[in-house]
Amino acid sequence: MTLSVPVRRGFSSITSSIAFAALLAALMVADSPSAGAIPAFARKYGMPCSACHEAWPKLNNFGQTFKDNGYQLGNDRDAPIFQQPAYWPIALRITPHWHRESTSATDITNPATTDPVTGLPATTEGQLTTHGFDLTGMDMLTAGTLAKNISFLLVPSADETGAFHFESASVRFDNLLHTPWLNVKVGKFELDNIVSEKRILTLSGQGGFYQGYHFQPVTEDTSLFTFGIGDNQLGAELSGHSRNDYTRYSVALLSSNDGNVDLPNGHGYDTFLTFSQAFQAGSLGLQRVGAFAYVGRAPTYHTLVAGDSALGDGFGQKSFTRAGFFGLWYYKKLDFTTMYIHGSDSAFLGTNTPSYMDLPLGARKPTWNVGTIETHYTWNPQLILINRYELVRMSQQALPGLPGNLGDVDVLTFGYRYYPFISSRAGFAFHNEYSILRQRGVSPINGVDVTSSSLFLGFDFIF
Amino acid sequence: MRAYKLGLNWMFLAVLALLAIPSLALAQQEPNSQQGSAQPATQPAPAQQAATPAPAAMPARDVHQESHLGKLTGHSESGRKLYFRFCWGCHGFRGDGNGENAPYLNILPRNFVAATFKCRSTPTGTLPTDEDLYNSLGRGLNNSNMPSWISLTDQQRADMVAFIKTFSPRWQTEKSGDPINVPAEPALTLQSIKHGQELFQKLECWKCHGQEGRGDGPSASTLTDSNDQPIRPYNFAAGSRFKCGVSNRDLYKIFLTGVDGTPMPSFGDVVKPEEAWDLVHYLRTLQVRQKSPELTLWMSTPEGAAIVSAQRISGTPTGSGINQ
Repeated sequence: MTLSVPVRRGFSSITSSIAFAALLAALMVADSPSAGAIPAFARKYGMPCSACHEAWPKLNNFGQTFKDNGYQLGNDRDAPIFQQPAYWPIALRITPHWHRESTSATDITNPATTDPVTGLPATTEGQLTTHGFDLTGMDMLTAGTLAKNISFLLVPSADETGAFHFESASVRFDNLLHTPWLNVKVGKFELDNIVSEKRILTLSGQGGFYQGYHFQPVTEDTSLFTFGIGDNQLGAELSGHSRNDYTRYSVALLSSNDGNVDLPNGHGYDTFLTFSQAFQAGSLGLQRVGAFAYVGRAPTYHTLVAGDSALGDGFGQKSFTRAGFFGLWYYKKLDFTTMYIHGSDSAFLGTNTPSYMDLPLGARKPTWNVGTIETHYTWNPQLILINRYELVRMSQQALPGLPGNLGDVDVLTFGYRYYPFISSRAGFAFHNEYSILRQRGVSPINGVDVTSSSLFLGFDFIF
Repeated sequence: MRAYKLGLNWMFLAVLALLAIPSLALAQQEPNSQQGSAQPATQPAPAQQAATPAPAAMPARDVHQESHLGKLTGHSESGRKLYFRFCWGCHGFRGDGNGENAPYLNILPRNFVAATFKCRSTPTGTLPTDEDLYNSLGRGLNNSNMPSWISLTDQQRADMVAFIKTFSPRWQTEKSGDPINVPAEPALTLQSIKHGQELFQKLECWKCHGQEGRGDGPSASTLTDSNDQPIRPYNFAAGSRFKCGVSNRDLYKIFLTGVDGTPMPSFGDVVKPEEAWDLVHYLRTLQVRQKSPELTLWMSTPEGAAIVSAQRISGTPTGSGINQ
């Protein structure tokens, strides 16, 4: 189905195109599997997946404690010297699947058609639907202890084309001064997000990530500035927790480059802080509340590499912040994850203005709020039903003339994961999911709302 | 357009069916038929993959037990769900210690059907108290595969204790033993340590634990546990924690109640309470890398300093965490 529409290109449509491209890029990244469940641990300790995961890959508090102890159970049997020499702590995860992606308003211009007035190809906006069998990316997860209280995580990861990068590579020193309150991690790692995007239970193109962790206003050029709390970052983290992990904190000092190697924009550091507290609520089980904040800096302009179209080093750093709080609420087989995030970027970042130039008239820092509620019904360790609703609302656009709701997002996701077996050797899930997203005013040509949906049916396995 | 949509819908159904069939087929597999099948630790991996336990097949289903821990009351029905989430991989579907991981463990998981428990406050041969089981869950068992479950809630651990009690008929016919009386620890003196040293010789503790407490006594290599598995006596020089606790009080209880299921007997009928404390004080001095008042006092004497100095061995760290 196609729709012929008149050409209308202005600031909003251009920025919308950028934003939409960024959104698609984010979806492509998010479509790779999470780096969370590691049967290498299950094999090492002989525990079923369900011991550490409410539903693989989402951790329960026992699994979170194990992770926070540096992948140690603490029984003086964690060091490699206690393992069979043949034991190799490695696991592979990929998800063969069938999926259908549909976008309501995208540029489907046919170059063979011409506009009778201009003689140029007639731009056309309409629905685009694709479907077929596909692969996600692949994670090669290797993690464990190098020695007592020294652990590592290394995740070479490939996208669905086979192009590799290092999703994670870190070494961790635990129980410094014989206390669990002092642990240090250095390298590339997931931020200490209790609501973990690396252990997310959804996989589809629209629902396989948290909007709140990646949202940027549509006016921003994401080729200059990309950031996501859900992205693994490079830096050092100091963390600590109580013995039962009910109380947790972490402070991280991170390079201002969104986890990219070779020091792009290597002129500053970001900071991430988080704290959470769990409490027992009788027969309801463990509940947890927490808060986090990210204070970062990003470049507003780049040097150009001679003879190369790639951007060089980034300069003119300006600040951005993300802050929020969350709760994990359990009621028998039902649990809810609630999260609120407030985001704010410098007006320079919001309007793509280099720091050495004057801001556009009336420019101001874009701000927005994100609300997330995710519901799980854990029928038993083999079956979990999943539902999530996220909304993003701009509270202030970077430029006063823009519609107040430009870029607002609503995403509804629901599905289930069924685990035909639970063992201590491998993980396997039949994953069904549907997700639908609406973003206001971002279609590439007309600047109308865009609705995108994903249907995902796949076999998620790790061994 | 209508025909197109119809075709697409049919395609969805076809794809859904295609993807669903293998999962349904897997779901139809028979529940694991190796339940209760003990395999020696030296056997290779079982070829058949275990399925998640089918609750209806469980023998303990009709048995209800409670645990009572202060204001907490644990219920076996709730504990059952927790057991089949966390515990069955080692302890098995029937609680007999024959989980799918048991063949790979060199200290076999506890057999709840036998209801023989190592860590108790009750006399040897008797059932432990609910609190004993609850504490074992929270503490874990050092140097074994049993982790600490302190990250669970108090209620969850109480429920698990109640469910563990459904596996053995002993819990229906017997009551837990009465906890032994642990008198207040007397003041630490050099005489107490020296008397403990004499008791260590007199009671022939050294035959298993070795003269330096390294678990290398002349009988050590012959010892087996109640599963006929070789078992090594506790190495005081290497360990900072005991299997059943970390405190002097815990050590006292181990000594007087014994560690059921292992060759470690109860000395409750052999030594007087004050003598037991003397032995506790001396055993602490064998932990030559573990700071303690007993070790400090012992090393303040020329005799003690010489012994400890000779017992300490320096070498290249292996990363095991064991420093002797």
